[in-house]
This record gives sequence, structure tokens and C-alpha cells, in this order.
Amino acid sequence: MASEKFVEKMEGLANNAEALADQANSLAAQAHILTAQSAPAGGGGEFIFLFTIFILAIFVGYYVVWNVTPALHSPLMGVTNAISSVIIVGALIAAGPADMTLSKFLGFVAVALASVNIFGGFIVTQRMLQMFKKKK
Amino acid sequence: MSENASAFAYLISSILFIMALRGLSSPTSARQGNMFGIAGMVIAIATTLANPEVVGYGWIIAGVLVGGTIGTIIAVKIQMTALPQLVAAFHSLVGLAAVMVAGAAFLAPEAYGIGTAGAIPAVSLIEMSLGTAIGAITFTGSVIAFGKLQGIITGKPLVFPGQHFVNLALGILMVALIVWFANGQTGLAFVAIVVVSLVLGFMLILPIGGADMPVVISMLNSYSGWAACGIGFTLGNFALIITGALVGSSGAILSYIMCKGMNRSFHSVILGGFGGETDAAAAAEDMGDRTVKSGSAADAAFIMENASSIIIVPGYGMAVAQAQHALREMVDLLKNKGVTVRYAIHPVAGRMPGHMNVLLAEANVPYDEVLELDEINRDFPSTDIAFVIGANDVTNPSAKTDPTSAIYGMPILDVERAGTVLFIKRSMASGYAGVENPLFFRDNTMMLFSDAKKMCENIIKALE
Repeated sequence: MASEKFVEKMEGLANNAEALADQANSLAAQAHILTAQSAPAGGGGEFIFLFTIFILAIFVGYYVVWNVTPALHSPLMGVTNAISSVIIVGALIAAGPADMTLSKFLGFVAVALASVNIFGGFIVTQRMLQMFKKKK
Repeated sequence: MSENASAFAYLISSILFIMALRGLSSPTSARQGNMFGIAGMVIAIATTLANPEVVGYGWIIAGVLVGGTIGTIIAVKIQMTALPQLVAAFHSLVGLAAVMVAGAAFLAPEAYGIGTAGAIPAVSLIEMSLGTAIGAITFTGSVIAFGKLQGIITGKPLVFPGQHFVNLALGILMVALIVWFANGQTGLAFVAIVVVSLVLGFMLILPIGGADMPVVISMLNSYSGWAACGIGFTLGNFALIITGALVGSSGAILSYIMCKGMNRSFHSVILGGFGGETDAAAAAEDMGDRTVKSGSAADAAFIMENASSIIIVPGYGMAVAQAQHALREMVDLLKNKGVTVRYAIHPVAGRMPGHMNVLLAEANVPYDEVLELDEINRDFPSTDIAFVIGANDVTNPSAKTDPTSAIYGMPILDVERAGTVLFIKRSMASGYAGVENPLFFRDNTMMLFSDAKKMCENIIKALE
């Protein structure tokens, strides 16, 4: 008896949850449309959000980099150089469309440039780091 | 891939990049850190390729193949002594890529979700123009830095009257152009921003002298990060913003450390003009009546094998002469004779941060024998011999004693406090900063006039 009631209640709860999820979904969809609409008007809300991430990342960078041992400052430059080529994500989107346009061409060149850096940067860093050995 | 899933993937790759930098806190964890970095990059690229906007893979694969092959060949073949030039060249590519991505975003904003062509929100336009401007400055600045380090362009500072005024005017012009671009969003304004930034990058680095190169390289490292940030803001991409901020702050910290290592303020480096020839000419005149004690490789070998402790002070000259391997052989022989040998590294020795450490590591010098200025400076008085190879300005005692010296206040390695100073030098010419070194005329200094590598080889012969 008790378990039947329990199951019933659970089902009811599940239904409620489903309805809520649906609502949330439609709200999210609306929000999406809203942001898409508001973006051309200025997109200030999004900017503050991104700016927050930016400032926090600077702090993370500050504390992490002060911890880098001075002996490894050259590899640090190598690896920062390699990871700053993550700009390739922008280049890939530009080079992504099916039809050839000027923007696709710019994207292609940027992909090639960033690739030089990614491969070159990580490999040269690895070469440097391979050499740092302890006394045998 | 849904928008949330890809945002999450970009977060993962950002965390991996942070771990990559974190790994560099010790040589034992650094290689693993580099692997984290590679993993982060793979995730970021894969996530972007799964973006519904990306449908044509042909050109992308071509670009990655071409760029990747070139990058791999360069990175495998490059000599460690040429590392500063390589890093400068790589920075220029990041800058140029940033300009191109911004250009692509301006032409086809739909792909990035920032409105339609001709109706891009002003905020995005400003972010775009900042990314473009910093990218273009990084590009030409790095090209000039590369030229100076490679010896294509003179390492002397190139200054002309009214230079700062011209730079200021260019800066103001830039702000005006960005305002124009944000309001009118014409292609002409975009091109004008690119051109002015290219000129500005050229003008900013040209007046900076060779001695300040470690600062310049770090500064351009920082710029390349901020350029990535600017593009990240335009595209609303977390991975780009976080990574750009990491790289930007890393470069800024390195610039600060290098400035401190030279006792120079950041703005005096930027304004340039340091490291000229004028001081050297004046110095050459008043050194005439003083005597210098010089010795042969055999003398040096004799003194060193009878010492109990030696500190080696390497500098850029060692890199130029490719003397690191011969030096390590010499040290091995001395160690076999029971001499304690350590290395002292000044923060600005060489042409980029950590340059000497990499060269010594290349020659199989164990990293725990290589010490930083703060760690070893107090040991010079209790050391028998300081062996200076290719360094000059970083050992110059007038940085402590002569307030009129151009390098006054710069922290130096106190080599003159060691029992004997052996100083390898090709001639009596002054160092990169163009300042005379009174160390040469001290009683406990013996000059070894020769190429650094040849001198080490001759000492090895004498020791054997």
C-alpha cells in the first residue's frame, strides 16, 4: 500500500519536474532570442560577463607565473607562445564556410600562421624541457 | 555540439593551459605541463571543428598541414642559441593571425554571432579594433625585434628628434580611427587602423637598443596575449580570453623581472635610446693609462685546477661563441680534479629570460648546479675563482659605485669579491650597454683575451 502511494507520488513529482524542465527550456529559448535581439543594441551584459572572466584569468596568470622557476623562463615563453595560438579557434570559424570568400581566405591564412606557432611552440618547448636534467 | 557543451570544452582546455604554466614551477613537472598544454590545444581545436558553422574542412586541413610542417621543421632544426629570434618570429605570427581573424570577423560577422555585415554592435567593433591594433603592433614590433636579434637590423637604438611626439600623434590618430570605425564600420577605417598600428609597432621597437632586448621580447610576448584577448572578446570565446589573459600577464611579469634585473623603469625602456656607442668612445679614452693583467689558457688552467671552488658566470658572449659544450667539458675535468664548480645566472644574461639556463641545460649541465643571482651572490667572497665567460655588464662593479654610470643601480653578480676573477673577452671593447668595466683593471682580475669557445678548448688541453 505504502509503496504504491509512494510510486504514485514519485510519478507526480517526475511529471512536475518534466513540466518544469519544459518551462525552463522554453525560457532558455526565449532568453536566447532575447540576447540575440539585444546583441545588436549593445550587448553590454555579455561584455561584463566576459570582462569578469578576463580579470579573473589575469589574477590566475599572475599567481601561476610568479611560481615559475626563473630557470624555466625560456620554456615559459615557448609555451605561452604556443598557447596564445589558441587564436586558431577564431581562424577555424572563419575558414569553415563551404564557399570561398575573402573572409574564408583570411581564415585559411590565419589557420596556417597559428599552426606554425602551435607546432613550433610546443615542439621547441619540449626540446628545451628535455634538456633540463638532474645530476646523475 | 551544443553551445553549453562547447563552452564546457573550452573551459577544460583553459584549465589545461593553466596546468601547463603551473608545471613550469619545477623542471621535474614541466614536461608533463607541456603535455597538458598540447591536450588543451587539441580540445580547443576539436571543439571548434565540431561547431556547426564549420563545414568545409579542405582549406582547414591544408592550412594546418602547411603551417604545422613549417613549424615542426623550424622547431626541430633551430639552434638553442637562436631561441630569442625564434620566439620573436613566433610572436609576430600570433599578431598577424589576430589581425586576420579580426578582418574575417568584420567581413563575415554572422559566423561569429555578432550581427550582420554593416550592422555589427559597437561594442564588438571596439573589441575587434583593439584586437586588430594590438595584433598589428605585435606583428611589426616582433619583426623588428627579430631583425635586431638576428643582426639584420642594427642592435643600436635608432632615435630621431620628435620621435615621442610622432608616437603620441599616432596614438591619438588610432583612438580617432577606432571611434570612426565603431560608428561608421567601414572597411576603410579597418584598413586604416591596421596600417597605423603596423607603423606604430615599427616605431615603438626601433628605438629600443640591444641591451633591452630581454624586456622587448617579454613585452611582445605580453602583447601577443592581449591581442588574443581582444579577439576573444569579439568572438565571445572563453578559451581565447582566458588564455590571452594568462599569456598577457605572463609576459608582463617577465618584463617586470627583466626591468628589475637592469634597474630600469618600464617606461624608460619603452622610450628607448639605451645602449648607444657614445659612452664607449668616451670610456676608451680614459682607460689608456691603466694596466690590464692578461693571461694564457695554461695560466688559467693552472689557477683553476689548484682552486677548491669556482663560480662560472656565463653571458651572451658564450651563446655567440657556442661555447657551452666546451665549457661543460672543461668543468667536468675540473670536477674530476676535486674542484667544486657552480654556475651563477644573472636575470638579464643573454637575450631572453632564462636564455643561459637553456644553453647550459643543452650542454648537459645539471640544473641544480645552476643558481640565480639571489641564491649565489653572497657566496662570491668565499669562492676562489669567478670565471666570467661572455658576460660583461652584469659583473660591472660601477653599477654599485659610480652614480654617473648608465647602469648605476643595476643588481650585479659580485664577481670582484672572489679570490681571482678570470675574464674571457675577445677585446677590450665595452659591453652591450656601452659602459666601461673597471673590473678589468683590478689586481685580482686576469683577462683571457680570446674567443670564448677557443679559450675553453685550450684550457681543456692544458688541463689534460
